[in-house]
Amino acid sequence: MPQHLLHRLLLVIPTFFGIVALTFLLIRLAPGDPILLIAGEHGVSAERYAELQQQFGFDQPLFIQFADYLWQVLNGNLGRSVVTQTPVLEEFSNLFPATLELALIAIILAVLIAIPAGVLAAVKRNTIIDHSITAVSLVGYSMPIFWWALLLILLFSVNLGWMPVAGRLNFIYDIESVTGFMLIDTLIAGDKDAFFDAVHHLILPAIVLATIPLAVITRMTRSAMLEVLKQDYIRTARAKGLSEFSVIFKHALRNALIPVITVIGLQTSILMTGAILTETIFSWPGIGKWLLEAVYRRDYPVVQGGVLLIAGLVILVNTVVDLLYVLINPSLRQQK
Amino acid sequence: MVFKSHLAAMLLLGSALCSLQAAMASTLVYCSEGSPETFNPQLSTSGTTFDASSRQLYNRLLEFKPGTTEIVPGLAQRWEVSANGLEYTFHLRPNVSFHSTEFFTPSRFFNADDVLFSFNRQRDTSNPWYSVSGGVYKYFNDMGFNKLIKDVVKLDENRVRIVLNNPDSTFLSNLAMDFSSILSKQYADAMMIAGTPEKLDLKPVGTGPFMFVKYEKDAFIRYQAHPAYWKGMEELDKLVFAITVDPSVRYARLRTGECHVMAYPLPTDIKSMKKNPEIKVAEQPGLNTAYWAFNTSKPPFDNVLVRQAMNYAINRQAILDVIYKGTGSIASSVIPPTIWNWKGPEYDYVYNPDRAKKILENAGFAEGFEIDIWAMPVQRPYNPNARKMATLIQQDLEKIGIKANVVTYEWGTYLKKSREGEHQTILLGWTGDNGDPDNFFTPLLSCTAAETGNNRSFWCNKQFNDLISLARIEADMQKRKKLYKRAEVIFKQEAPWLTIAHSVRFQPYLSKVQGLKIDPFGGIYFSGVSLK
Repeated sequence: MPQHLLHRLLLVIPTFFGIVALTFLLIRLAPGDPILLIAGEHGVSAERYAELQQQFGFDQPLFIQFADYLWQVLNGNLGRSVVTQTPVLEEFSNLFPATLELALIAIILAVLIAIPAGVLAAVKRNTIIDHSITAVSLVGYSMPIFWWALLLILLFSVNLGWMPVAGRLNFIYDIESVTGFMLIDTLIAGDKDAFFDAVHHLILPAIVLATIPLAVITRMTRSAMLEVLKQDYIRTARAKGLSEFSVIFKHALRNALIPVITVIGLQTSILMTGAILTETIFSWPGIGKWLLEAVYRRDYPVVQGGVLLIAGLVILVNTVVDLLYVLINPSLRQQK
Repeated sequence: MVFKSHLAAMLLLGSALCSLQAAMASTLVYCSEGSPETFNPQLSTSGTTFDASSRQLYNRLLEFKPGTTEIVPGLAQRWEVSANGLEYTFHLRPNVSFHSTEFFTPSRFFNADDVLFSFNRQRDTSNPWYSVSGGVYKYFNDMGFNKLIKDVVKLDENRVRIVLNNPDSTFLSNLAMDFSSILSKQYADAMMIAGTPEKLDLKPVGTGPFMFVKYEKDAFIRYQAHPAYWKGMEELDKLVFAITVDPSVRYARLRTGECHVMAYPLPTDIKSMKKNPEIKVAEQPGLNTAYWAFNTSKPPFDNVLVRQAMNYAINRQAILDVIYKGTGSIASSVIPPTIWNWKGPEYDYVYNPDRAKKILENAGFAEGFEIDIWAMPVQRPYNPNARKMATLIQQDLEKIGIKANVVTYEWGTYLKKSREGEHQTILLGWTGDNGDPDNFFTPLLSCTAAETGNNRSFWCNKQFNDLISLARIEADMQKRKKLYKRAEVIFKQEAPWLTIAHSVRFQPYLSKVQGLKIDPFGGIYFSGVSLK
C-alpha cells in the first residue's frame, strides 16, 4: 500500500510538468494577440505595441518565456491577469468556492438519484421501468446543456415564477463572504432566510449540471449491477434464503459500486471543468466563466494558471479515487 | 395580555415588512453584461468598465449633458480659452466632497491637486503613479493627450490651467470622456503610504452620485447613494449591478423583475419586449458606423470608378432588413446623426445595379473581376453579423459580374492583417468616443491614419485631409460644420468606403423605472433615476 501511494504520487510530478508545458504552448499556438485584442478597432502604434510586449514579457523568445514562467510557478507565483492586473491565484481562490459548491451539490444530486435508478433498472431488467430509465438517461446524456438550462429557466422561472433566473442570492441579502460557500456563509451570518434563498438559487443550476453525470452514473450502475447479479455468489445468497433487499443492497450493490465510484470520481473532475456553460447561463461567479473569458481575451497568465490549478485538482481527485479503489477492493490491496 | 403581545408582534412584523419594502423600493438592480476590468477608468477602454466606474462613481471637469453629446460644466464651473487656443483655464467647483467609505474618509474637498494628480499620472512617465496597475493609459494616448498636453498648472486651490502644444477643438469634448475622470489625490497618497497603491484602482473613491460598497467578480457590484453629492443626493438609495453575461438570461431576469434595467438586448428579443406592457424600450441611433472599405492601394480599387460602382451595386436596405432586422438605419454619412444632429451629404449612392455595371464598363471592366471581402469573425455594436453581410454583398456583386470570396480571420489577426493592408476590401466599423465629428474623420480617413493603417482604405486625399485638419483646430462650431460638409462631398465622390449602417441602440427597462436617459455613447448613467 505505501508503495502504491508513492508510485501514484511520483506519477503526479511528470503529469504536472506536462500540463505546465502544454497549457503554455497551446494558448500561444491559438491565433490572436492579447495586446491587439485589447486595442480593438482603435489599434495601437508600433512603439506602444513594442512597449506593451516588453511590459508583459511577450518580446522574449518562447523558451525564455517558458523557463521564466516555470520558475515563477515553482515559486508559487502564477502571474497577474493581463486584463485586470490582479494575481491569478487571488482571482482563482475568490471564484473557486462557487464552482466547488455547485459541483458538489450537483454530484450529490446525481449520485442520490442515479444509483437507485441504476439498481432499479438492473433489477427490473427488460421491463418498462428499465426501458424508461435507460431512455431518460440517454436523453439526459445527449441533451445540449445550453438549451436545457434555458428551457428550465423559461418554464420554472419565467412562466411559473417558482425559481430565480440566475445568481447565487437575492440582492436584498448582503452576506459577508467568509468561506466563499454561500450555503455556509449564510449559516455563519445566522440568516435563515438568506440560507433558504441560497438553496433556492442552487436548484436549477445544480439540476442542469447534474444531468450528464446522472445519466452516466445511472448507466454505469445498471450495467455493473447486471454483471454482478449474474454471479454465482448472488445465486448462493438467494439460495440461502436471504431477503431480496439484502441480496441487492448488501451483496450486489457493494460489489457493483467499485466501477461506479471510479466513474463518480471522473465525473466530479469533469464537473469542475465542465461548469462553463452552466455558470455562464446562471451568472454563477465560478472559474468556468472566468476561464472562458480569459481564453477569448487571450489572457495568457489566467489561462495558464487557471488550467494548471484545475488540472492539479483533477489530479488530486483522481489520485484520491485511485486510493479509494484500492481500499474498497481487497483483491487489489493484496496484489500490491 | 396575549392580545397585546400578538398586536405588538404584528405591528413589529408589519413595520419590518414596510422597511424591507422601502429598502427594496429604493434599490435598483441593473443586469450588466460583464465584470469590469478595473474601477479606474483611466486604465481601460471598455464600456463595461466605464459603466461600473466613471459613470456612477466619478465626475470629470466637463461632462456630457445626459442623453446628448453636448458638453456641460462638471467639476469645472466655467473655463476660459486663450486667444491662440493653447491655454485653457478651469475654475473648479468649490465644496465638492469625495466619497466617505468604510476604507477611506476624506478630510478635504476636491481641489486643483486632484486634477493635477489625475492627469499627471497618465501623462508623466516619471510620476510614481504611472506604472501602478500596469500603467497602460490607452485612451489617454489614443486621444492624443500624451502629445497634446504640454503642462497642467495649479494656479490656486480652485483654478487649473492646461497648456496645449497645438490648438485642438476636440480638447473639451475629450475632457468629458471617461478617462478624464478626477480621482482623489488624498486617497492616492494614503494608499501609497500604506504600501497598497493598486487599491486606488480596485476600491474606488470619487465625487460621483454613487459610492462603491462591494464587488464580487462575475457576480455583482454594490453601490449606495453618495449623501454629500454636489448635485444633491440621488433618490435611489442603493444600486446593484447583477453581472449576467448571457443576453437571453438578462432578458429573463428583466421579465421576472430580478432586474429593473438590462444591458445589450438581443435584436431578436426587441419585438417581444415592446409587446410586454411592463417593459419599456428606449431607442436611439447609436454613435457608430458600419462600413465596407476598399483598399485604394490595390487594383482594381485604385480606380475611383470601380469604387463608385461598388457603391451603386449594394442594396443597403436589404442588408438592414436581413442583418439589422429593423435595428439600424442606412448610413449616408461617415458620422452618425447623433453627432451635431448631422444630416449627411446632399448626394448619396442609391442601389442601382445597372448603373454600377455601366460604370464598370466605362472603367474597362466589362468582363468583371474577382475580389475578396474580409468579414469580421465577431459581433460588434455596429455590425451584428459581418459574415452574413458579406454573403449578401457577394450576391449583389454577382449581379454585376463580380465574383467575390468571403475571407475571415481570428479577430486580433483580422485587425492586424488589415492594418498592414493585406485585404482588398474589408467590413469594419467604428464607435465614437467623444461625440465630435473629428473622432470619425481623423482616425479613419486622414493621411496619417493611412500611414498607421487605421485608415483601412489607405486613401489619402490632400484636399480632404486639409479640410479635416482645419476643422480640428477651428473653434467656431458653424465654421467646423461647413468644413466637414465640404470634406464629406469629396469623400462621397472619391468613394473609399460604402457607408452601410448606423445601428440603433436599445435600452430595455421596467416601466417602474423613472428618469432613465439613453446614452448616445452606449453607456448607462443612474444619476437622476428613481423607482416608482
